[in-house]
Amino acid sequence: MSSSFVISQTDKRPIYLQIMEQIKQRIAVGDWTEGEAIPSIRQLAVDLQVSVITVKRAYLELEREGVIVTQQGRGSHVASKPGLGMRLQQEELEKHLEQAVRLADLLGIRPKDLAARLRETGDRRMEKEGEQV
Amino acid sequence: MSDLAIELDGVEKTYPFFTLDRIHLQVPHGQIMGLIGPNGAGKSTTIRILMGLVQQDRGEVRVLGRRMPAEQIAAKWDIGFASEDMRLYEGMTLAWHMDFIRSIYPNWDAPYAQLLLKRFGLRAEQKIKGLSHGQRVKATLLLVLARRPRLLVLDEPTTGLDPVARHEILKELTAVMTDEGRSVLFSSHNTQDVEQISDRITFIDRGRIIDSMDKEAYLDRWRRLRLEVPSGMALPALPGIIGIRQDGRLAVATANAFAPEMANAYESTGARVKSIETMTLEEIFVANVEHSREQEVGA
Repeated sequence: MSSSFVISQTDKRPIYLQIMEQIKQRIAVGDWTEGEAIPSIRQLAVDLQVSVITVKRAYLELEREGVIVTQQGRGSHVASKPGLGMRLQQEELEKHLEQAVRLADLLGIRPKDLAARLRETGDRRMEKEGEQV
Repeated sequence: MSDLAIELDGVEKTYPFFTLDRIHLQVPHGQIMGLIGPNGAGKSTTIRILMGLVQQDRGEVRVLGRRMPAEQIAAKWDIGFASEDMRLYEGMTLAWHMDFIRSIYPNWDAPYAQLLLKRFGLRAEQKIKGLSHGQRVKATLLLVLARRPRLLVLDEPTTGLDPVARHEILKELTAVMTDEGRSVLFSSHNTQDVEQISDRITFIDRGRIIDSMDKEAYLDRWRRLRLEVPSGMALPALPGIIGIRQDGRLAVATANAFAPEMANAYESTGARVKSIETMTLEEIFVANVEHSREQEVGA
């Protein structure tokens, strides 16, 4: 259940962050559901050909964020929190929005004008989809 | 004179357990060609043939405009060749070797040789038998570089070197390129070296050339697409996609002929493209070899 886990060499982020992101994506799309058992640290390390310590770090951070729980002897599971997948999707959106605001700030664009631009982008996408149909 | 430093046309060589199959290879003047491929792919055999050390069964070989192996003596004045199985005289010093090469090649550049000694951290008065593996490699390269040959042919020049020594060698190879008339062909399984300094890449596997082209264009053809797929759907393989890994709703597709339209084509199947990533030469190397092996099994 981890064959589409792929660590990228061109991604400048550390490997543990890439692992965290890919686990969160699995939960966000509903492949890994609340309370479900996930691969052990050792198993994932073998599958991804990375060190155990790297996977361990990703799992620890995910535990701190309340995304997974690890119990001695029982392995790791997705946290039993209703709506966790939705929350992770919202978090990803939030990250992109923050990034957009930060870029806009660098260009001297105020949040109010950015909102207008966002609406325009949305309209263009709607139009394009309309054409395709 | 031809504008090619090296030209192999339909070259074949058969051994009991290995066949070099219809090799076509061109290296223009003024370029660095990186030859990559797994162990036993045929890199060294190709190099031996173009150096005239092994006679091909079929095909034409021209190096600096000379037919090989027939005109190898004339060609070798202008070629600097180094490979791992080259031996220096154990009981003699590096200085003795430098004098020896200088007595043969009129182009020997003594000040440059002194500079290389310093850069490579070598001592001319030291005997070869006291040198480490890395120092021997550097000594061999010094003897070749200081002749300032028009063509450098190097078989695995960075294998077994520490990062500092590797860096020095790569620096000298790129420095060669300040002179437009000079060319380099080197083999390596260190993809990072090839990615860093070569202008062109030739990819060889199991005695065949899989790809040979401009490096930037080559890297640009490869992408990794991360996709989200609707429940229950298997991601289709579009033309130009050589591999798909999927579990559940997440999939990773590898493209060896990427075009931006691919993303649209996937979106129209109902999948969502989450990201499109470039790949390192190492990642491409592995994907390419896996793909060519799979095809062979299928055939």
